[in-house]
Amino acid sequence: MHGMTRRTMAWAAALFLMAAGCGDASTAQGPILVGEFGSLTGSEATFGQSTHNGIMLAIDEINASGGIAGRPLEVKTYDDEGKTQQAGTVVTRLVTQDKVVAILGEVASSLSIAGGRVAQQYGVPMISPSSTNAAVTEIGDKIFRVCFIDAFQGYVVARFATENLGARKVAVLYDQSAAYSKGLKDDFGKALTGMGGTVVTEAAYEKGASDFSAQLTAIRDLSPDAIFIPGYYTDVGNIALQARKLGMTVPLLGGDGWDSSKLAEIGGEAIEGAYYSNHYAPEETRPAVQKFVTAYQAKFGSVPDGLAALGYDAAHILADAMKRSPDLSGPALAQAIAATKDFPGVTGSITIDPQRNASKPAVMVQMKGGRPTWVATISPP
Amino acid sequence: MRAILPWVAVLGFAMLAQVAVGPVVGHYWTKILMDVGIAVLLAVSLNIVNGFTGQFSIGHAGFMAVGGYTAGILTYYGGAALFDLPPGAVAPGIAGHLWFALSTLVGGVVAAVAGVVVGLPSLRLRGDYLAIVTLGFGEIMRVLLTRTEDVIGSAEELATAPWTTQVVSTGGSLGFTGLPFYTNLFWTWLWTGIAILVAYRLKESSTGRAMLSVREDEVASGAMGVRTTDVKVIAFAMAALFAGIAGGLFAHEIGTTLNPAELGFQKSFEIVIMVVLGGMGSVTGAALAATILTIVPELLREFSEYRMIVYAALLVVVMLVRPTGLLGHREIWHAWRRS
Repeated sequence: MHGMTRRTMAWAAALFLMAAGCGDASTAQGPILVGEFGSLTGSEATFGQSTHNGIMLAIDEINASGGIAGRPLEVKTYDDEGKTQQAGTVVTRLVTQDKVVAILGEVASSLSIAGGRVAQQYGVPMISPSSTNAAVTEIGDKIFRVCFIDAFQGYVVARFATENLGARKVAVLYDQSAAYSKGLKDDFGKALTGMGGTVVTEAAYEKGASDFSAQLTAIRDLSPDAIFIPGYYTDVGNIALQARKLGMTVPLLGGDGWDSSKLAEIGGEAIEGAYYSNHYAPEETRPAVQKFVTAYQAKFGSVPDGLAALGYDAAHILADAMKRSPDLSGPALAQAIAATKDFPGVTGSITIDPQRNASKPAVMVQMKGGRPTWVATISPP
Repeated sequence: MRAILPWVAVLGFAMLAQVAVGPVVGHYWTKILMDVGIAVLLAVSLNIVNGFTGQFSIGHAGFMAVGGYTAGILTYYGGAALFDLPPGAVAPGIAGHLWFALSTLVGGVVAAVAGVVVGLPSLRLRGDYLAIVTLGFGEIMRVLLTRTEDVIGSAEELATAPWTTQVVSTGGSLGFTGLPFYTNLFWTWLWTGIAILVAYRLKESSTGRAMLSVREDEVASGAMGVRTTDVKVIAFAMAALFAGIAGGLFAHEIGTTLNPAELGFQKSFEIVIMVVLGGMGSVTGAALAATILTIVPELLREFSEYRMIVYAALLVVVMLVRPTGLLGHREIWHAWRRS
């Protein structure tokens, strides 16, 4: 009896597998299928959720205004749990099983690279809303992004630190397990040195660490004018708390990895007054920003962060390219995306350059009353 | 003749997978079947240490990383020099694949050496203490790999970089990206088939029986004349060899990245779970559990965020219903026997 059920189960599993393997969904007419992969769970889940909301808002708007030549857009979303292996698998699934015409995704650069290599291999265009590492678009001619790259972000923070804050000696505390953090640290250091400042120390921590007092005490002894922490919001909140506990009051600086409503939740009072570079600020008066913020608040009941804005822009740029493209094949669509010029996005006027990156300004925001507020806009040099 | 028959069968099976199965199931399921093969390879090899010999190793992903990075350096930088191609390009024809096979094998051998190096001084430890040493090894590998330099992407830069620079340019925390896609169903299932065959024959051999005796009672087995340290080192080296090969296959599969953050103890634990779930010491049990644990999460893809809850619940249920794992100590062809 026991053996029987086990054998039956094995056969059932085998049959199920074969059936799943054969069932190919083909999309001839009807909705145009677009794939999305993101970290909907995992340690940077708010990044994935915000991006997803931004994309869905844009898709709703596009469909409400008639879609692409009468065909609505439909988004197929998979969770990659913030793991590269999952990212590679779900992009393979989107491309070869669901047969999407284009892909929107990821926030973290390592995940965009994992998915992007698959998309490039199968010739399907991919737009990363917010991966800032230079290596992402170097994968090939099908991979684009709508955000600035780390080299520019490092420049923005360095310029803000030297010109607006008058800082000369800056200490750096970075996450050595994250490529994003390491890359941004290097770019910031280069830019700061070029502007006459000095990086007094580069202290490292591991993602998910809970005690930063050793690094912070060492930094305190060097009495820097500011501390640059190019990490993610989860760790930054704790670092800010412990820095304040050690009596450090120098300004804290960061990059777009700080951008999450969770930052104020974790950091509380300690994060007040800290500055970070971001893709947009909700109180900018440009019509594109105000329209987006109002629509997002009506739909999701919260103020959109930079990642939501980038997801929204990425989807709109894709739709814009689809309208201009003669057909929806990979090469034609990639060419149309590459030809994007002065697109009036929420995160600024977006032009895709020959390296498939977006060139556009960045903003510096300051945490005030638990919310990021606009301080300065800095354009590419 | 009878001795080579199983090896020929493995070769035929791998060819069949490549020629007949791959084109029928499509790209996506081909990738899943490669993932399954690699998982089986990892589980079957860890089973030699954890299942046969009864030692608790939780550093298997570390050996996988050693093999993967070694093979990656050989195909990425070595391949560029050997075939005069830009770095990361797939060498055309059979030459590229032979170079890949050699690279994975070298990766496996380097991992096996690492297995002996880790094994020799620490194998006098038992149980929890050994587990901590293997965990430490895995974590050391992970941290060392996050400290490496960026991958050299352009042919011009590569031309001026000495080999001493090349071997440490494996991408750091971003992962060793840009490796050529060589892994296919043939290589995956060839190595997996070999591992299953080796593991099963080992279990039935005198060395294997010595391993089992160490598992049952180390003192008694020593008293009976078994060189317990030798047996344990052999187990560690063989497990590391196949883990290293699995790493090489993993590194060159489409849609995977050698990323230090994902080759840490979490990955090791996934493999331990496969061995425990399959039944400690059962080769086919480990293979079966690895297959199920790789395919089930894919079938649950539609449930999005609930899939991991379902997956975890499945693990709990299996362990409650079958506390010794799916097959216990037995092999699948003994499964109809009443326990």
